Amino acid sequence: MQASALLPLAVAVPLLGAALLAVIGRRLPRVGCDVLATATAGATVCCLVLLLGAGGTGRATAHLGGWPADIGIVLVADPVGAGLALLAAVLVLAVIVYSWRYFDEPSGQHAGVFPALILLFEAGMTGFALTGDLFNAFVFFELMGTAAYALTGHHVEDRRPLHGALTFAIVNSLAAYCSLLGIAMLYARTGQLNLALAGRSLATGHGGVPVTVAFVLISTALLVKAAVVPFHFWLPDAHAVAPTPVCMLMSGVMVELGVYGTARVYWTVFAGPGGVPPHAFRTVFTALGVITALVGAVMCWHQRHLKRLLAFSTISHVGLFVTGVALLTPAGVTGTALYVAGHGCAKAALFGLTGVLLDRYGSVDEYGLHGRARGLRLVGVLYAVGGLALAGLPPFGTGLGKAVAEEAAGTWQPWLPAVFVLVSAVTGAAVLRAAARVFLGAGPRPQPRPHEPETTGEGEEPEIRSPRRALPATMPTVSALLLLLSLLVGTAPGLAVALGRGGERFTDRQGYLAAVTGTAEPALRGAAEHTWTGSGIALGLLSAALACLLAAAAVRLRAPAGFSRVVASAVTPLRRLHSGLVGDYVAWLTVGVAALCAAFAALR
Amino acid sequence: MNGFLPFLAAGWMLLVALYGMVTSRNLVHTVGCLAVAQSSTYVMLLGAGYRRGGTAPVFSDTAPGSRPVVDPVVQALALTDVVVGATVTALLLALTLQLRKRHGTVDPQALTGLKG
Amino acid sequence: MTARLRVWLFTVAAAVVGGFFVAACRRLPPFGTARHPYGARAVTAALAHRTANVVSSVNFDLRAFDTLGEESILFGAVLGTALLLRPARDESLSRARTERVLPTTRLFGVLLLPLALVVGVYIVAHGQLSPGGGFQGGVVLATALHLAYIAADYRVLEKVRPSAAFDVADGISAASFTVMGLAGLVSGGAFLQNFLPLGTFNQLVSGGLVPLLNAAVGFEVASGVIVLVAHFLDQALEVHPSAQAPQPEEHPT
Repeated sequence: MQASALLPLAVAVPLLGAALLAVIGRRLPRVGCDVLATATAGATVCCLVLLLGAGGTGRATAHLGGWPADIGIVLVADPVGAGLALLAAVLVLAVIVYSWRYFDEPSGQHAGVFPALILLFEAGMTGFALTGDLFNAFVFFELMGTAAYALTGHHVEDRRPLHGALTFAIVNSLAAYCSLLGIAMLYARTGQLNLALAGRSLATGHGGVPVTVAFVLISTALLVKAAVVPFHFWLPDAHAVAPTPVCMLMSGVMVELGVYGTARVYWTVFAGPGGVPPHAFRTVFTALGVITALVGAVMCWHQRHLKRLLAFSTISHVGLFVTGVALLTPAGVTGTALYVAGHGCAKAALFGLTGVLLDRYGSVDEYGLHGRARGLRLVGVLYAVGGLALAGLPPFGTGLGKAVAEEAAGTWQPWLPAVFVLVSAVTGAAVLRAAARVFLGAGPRPQPRPHEPETTGEGEEPEIRSPRRALPATMPTVSALLLLLSLLVGTAPGLAVALGRGGERFTDRQGYLAAVTGTAEPALRGAAEHTWTGSGIALGLLSAALACLLAAAAVRLRAPAGFSRVVASAVTPLRRLHSGLVGDYVAWLTVGVAALCAAFAALR
Repeated sequence: MNGFLPFLAAGWMLLVALYGMVTSRNLVHTVGCLAVAQSSTYVMLLGAGYRRGGTAPVFSDTAPGSRPVVDPVVQALALTDVVVGATVTALLLALTLQLRKRHGTVDPQALTGLKG
Repeated sequence: MTARLRVWLFTVAAAVVGGFFVAACRRLPPFGTARHPYGARAVTAALAHRTANVVSSVNFDLRAFDTLGEESILFGAVLGTALLLRPARDESLSRARTERVLPTTRLFGVLLLPLALVVGVYIVAHGQLSPGGGFQGGVVLATALHLAYIAADYRVLEKVRPSAAFDVADGISAASFTVMGLAGLVSGGAFLQNFLPLGTFNQLVSGGLVPLLNAAVGFEVASGVIVLVAHFLDQALEVHPSAQAPQPEEHPT
């Protein structure tokens, strides 16, 4: 099939599947719903695989309605965008298989609603990844959001999911409206909604304050989705309470779409003359990335609620992704793309395994579960492997992505690789520490700290009502397969090469414009080959080793009282900022927008 | 000043809505403030598309080309935006309703179950 | 963070944002400018497809993909509300009470309901010609049925709008938009490309696919809003905590 037909199908197939499920779901037995949802998700994966095959390492476009780019909407697939859509589709398929027997869906009138919403979520993500139009991106952003808000609040019997979903929905929608305000400003200035054409139109002007403010406002929604400090507060609240399958999607790919959106919008619209100067973008976004990575790592280390721990680890990795993209080099994009793919699979697997704990013990609390999961040996091993993957152990995809991004970052600022190593080691160590305590019962049982501002993982609403049934085989199997995929991202020989060309494509403004307007694309410069290097392997091994050491120290050693006091006095204020109050989060969002405006104005 | 006053109105609406959300003591009020924030986007979009002396871009009773028309694209965008806003508001109110049942309060500053 | 600190933090940040916003707006093209390049292109394109209402042409032809996403958002919100407002495990359903209504109110409803329905259908059907269309007409249609609640009571409303049927109608109309898009693809063009005769300018049958997509959205909005409102009304009138259910904790404020 032609690529121009496959592009809209990647959105249309899940939409049709969702509508079908909603219409006939109530008349089908549970198995029927599962089969229909799995078939739809599988068809979307096939569609995107074919699309990547048909497009090769070039760009495929679809002019919807047959209109040219300056009148209608154009979908564009390059290896990075289509690859990210494929990651979303693969994770959706995994999630649907994972929920076959695990998830306690409402029956009767509401049968089929849960998988239908998952498919709408998928359509939102693929549409967002493939669109080449600014307003259309806003629409798919909201589609993603709407499905995700409802799914997050799924457990209506418990107050915490409702609270988390509300925070998530309010902060994200508010940011989306800021974005739309920015889109309107850009439209007033350029008279275009297509990304590439808006960029071309900006080049005829002199940039200045309106362009800067429009860029900051448009970025707001994307940075909130990406959970970049100080826009990140909603994420741990939502991830801690969402049903496990939804966490797998949100952490695995939805958050990363925010980073992708920022990069895409910057490159296609604002990177040229009359836009936002590259040195300003590089400085500001590297700073944002490093701060996000460090804050995420510190917060991750101090969690006992396992889902919240994983959520902060996602924030921390997003910081690294933002740093990789902020380099504004093809190698930075390639490394980040590989890192995102490897991380998405590994993180989804870890959430899936945490779901097993919740299913078995009705708790996701590191302290409460101390030594209780000794019987789940296989799950424990997988959990530890996931922790090592998160730490960037070669040959996992996370390791390769980290190595490529690190090398690209090191050529600009020699100290940046240290941040990559430190952050991946700390987040990996937090997971390994939890695994050692929960699955081995290692070390003394930690004492609860009632006076500290923290969320425990106890008293969770179990996601299934009959705890006495056997563990569904799909749960650990899907998690294991996801870990295998993460390994494949690092070892499949073609992938790094394809994404290497993808990085070149992604950073090639003129080529994107040419593809959208249908003129001849300039030939691609020779793309650099990205593969394992000696230093990359060494740094990967170093961060994995550091992670193991840190985890062992945390479990075995008792820190001197003075040291703990100093750490607590430094970290407690940071933890208090994560207050769960929507008003605080809105204030931080305003601070973030103000800071970005000021930073870009100062660096003009 | 006349040249950009409507745009300033949009900015003012956004800031007022943000203030409301920062200080809100009732989730229904918070959701209302969110709707105000969204209204700022309507003002901005329609403001960007306005044309002095322009009429509606509908040619059922005016001959095409006889009079200038305002920008139809932003009107279509605003329409889409309205539907998006209405649906998000419905979802938020559904969450608020359930939260009232489970938590016994709709004060966002009393929601302290998730922290650290 | 204390409430006072939060307000201070916000005020400072908002002042900065406001300052930049003002500076940016001063340098935008002035309000009321005659230069609307996209608008001008859209008018030309709409006239080429013989659609008199250019806004509808943008929504259902030029940028129909936006509308597909947007009606999927509505569809998702309806599903999401169904999920969130389902009776919880500790809640039970009871039938709503019958209510006494003033005769004048009843007369008002009986007269207005069919009128409102006709107006709704008119607005949907003339979307390609005059201001209005699927969104606006759909909302009028949904509101019209709810006159039954005002003029009679909830039991009557439930007879007038069986929500299970409208649930299905919602899904079918959501799917039909996508199917029409695919039909464009299959007939050799692009996704959502017009494959019908364009008709005569300013006649009911004009604009090719526009009236059909318009109707699909009209049905979708009408049934979606009906189902959405039904979930909220059910919560107010029919869903109650079961007798043995624990009461929510009271929190000091």
